[in-house]
Amino acid sequence: MTRLDIADLKVSLRGKEILRGVDLRLEPGRVHGLAGESGSGKTMTGLAVLGLLPHGARASGAIRLGGRDLLTLPPKELNRVRGGEVAMVFQDPATSLHPMLTIGKQLTEHMRHHLGLGRAEARARAVELLGKVRIPGPEEAYGRFPHQFSGGMRQRIAIAVALACSPKVLIADEPTTALDVTVQAGVLRLLRGLCDEMGLAVLLVTHDLGVMSAVADEVSVMKDGLVVESGPRGRVLREPAHAYTRSLLESLPDLEGRC
Amino acid sequence: MLSIEDLAVEHRSPGRPAVRAVAGASLEVGAGEVVGLVGESGCGKSTLARAVCGLNPITEGSITFEGRPVTPLGLRRRRLTGIQMVFQDPYTSLNPRRRVGDQIADGLRTARDTVTSPADLLERVGLPRDFAGRHPHELSGGQRQRVAIARALAARPRLLIGDEPISALDASAQSQVARLMRDLAVESGAGLLFISHDLSVVRLIADRIAVMYLGRIVEVGGTEEVWAQPRHPYTQALLKAIPHPDGMGVLPAELPGDVPDPASPPEGCRFHPRCPFVMDVCRVKEPEFGPVACWLHEPA
Repeated sequence: MTRLDIADLKVSLRGKEILRGVDLRLEPGRVHGLAGESGSGKTMTGLAVLGLLPHGARASGAIRLGGRDLLTLPPKELNRVRGGEVAMVFQDPATSLHPMLTIGKQLTEHMRHHLGLGRAEARARAVELLGKVRIPGPEEAYGRFPHQFSGGMRQRIAIAVALACSPKVLIADEPTTALDVTVQAGVLRLLRGLCDEMGLAVLLVTHDLGVMSAVADEVSVMKDGLVVESGPRGRVLREPAHAYTRSLLESLPDLEGRC
Repeated sequence: MLSIEDLAVEHRSPGRPAVRAVAGASLEVGAGEVVGLVGESGCGKSTLARAVCGLNPITEGSITFEGRPVTPLGLRRRRLTGIQMVFQDPYTSLNPRRRVGDQIADGLRTARDTVTSPADLLERVGLPRDFAGRHPHELSGGQRQRVAIARALAARPRLLIGDEPISALDASAQSQVARLMRDLAVESGAGLLFISHDLSVVRLIADRIAVMYLGRIVEVGGTEEVWAQPRHPYTQALLKAIPHPDGMGVLPAELPGDVPDPASPPEGCRFHPRCPFVMDVCRVKEPEFGPVACWLHEPA
């Protein structure tokens, strides 16, 4: 059962074609990795799903979620999808969380809006979520501000914010790029666990093929606005069919010891 | 050539306790040697690099370069131009209003070099000669970092310091720029202190690796040795956390806990609250020996 179906997605901005016909399918409980260099259109694909394309961008094709096409949805309905059924985790938790609002406020605001929960209900759920993403002392964390947490903890909080309305689709754009490797490992384990446990369909955008190999089930490789290769993780990373995928793998520092 | 002994650097801000960013670190870099300094963010790597350049005053300990102490940078003209630094972000380290060639020429003037032209240096870092007439905004991140390297090399340093010089670059440019720095430093007989949080890149270019944790260097050793047989539990955790692009779907090992606040480091060994092999002695006494600062590897 495909959860989110992106078909022939084309996006152009100021006469320049950024995406030239992208096809992707996200399945529940699966992590779909999207690889490629900067400028290849990975992030744009993620933003298109949320209707967050830059001003003046034109999109064609289809992004189907539960019988609707997100590209043609009226803004009001799209607002209901965004943050509700489709949620996003951004690269830098230092900028994606509001510095002046408490963690609790950021966790409950959209919950109350989307799910219509009361204050106490929302609070209970927020504390539960903070525990789920393994923030030590969720009760105390609820009243704190983002600057009181480390980068890894902030990214966990950003994930909790994204999960608050029980989304069906999670888009994670370079969620561990700003983190240290030791912290990255924890966040990756968390993402993988949540995906399995909640049956989330995850689109993981990353340039790091190591990260890809660790958590993704399927891997798609993008270059110049096109998906050049797509398939199960093991095949794409071990027996890449496309020359570009091979060159990406070869540009990595060799872990076997050649220099 | 460069010798750092028991270096401590404190950051003071009014109304707060002093933060010991570097708390007793010792390290040596020889001529023509590439030393990689790795550690998590906030461990004091950059502060150490800045102290070596004289950008941060020293609280305790000493830094000597070719037998002479490194003094903090002041307003006076500097004589010690043998140490040059390449900074992390080439978007801010280059002057946006000056042509690339002019900025490289500053370095040449420092070294009183009238023979070499900026274009020669651009060629050495793998850029076209006519880039000398361009402004930084016309170049990509990787190209800018090459310009920053050319500028540092123009002053003919005997020690080159790279403070996370590749972390702002695209993945495909990272290993290229790292290799370039190594090749150019070794070629000119200069030492290179390469600071990065990315062990897999450091491993590619360094002769020796120093691992830093919370202001102290916890393990130093030959690159191959550290990579194949890490001895300090922290080094082991760092290596295990690197995900490998082998397509096997193996989740990297997690190091529980966060880096403690350097303003109030834990008693005893700094790593003990996160260490999987913690013993009684670790909680009370700090291991103050090398090359592996861990009670499991106490020298006889």
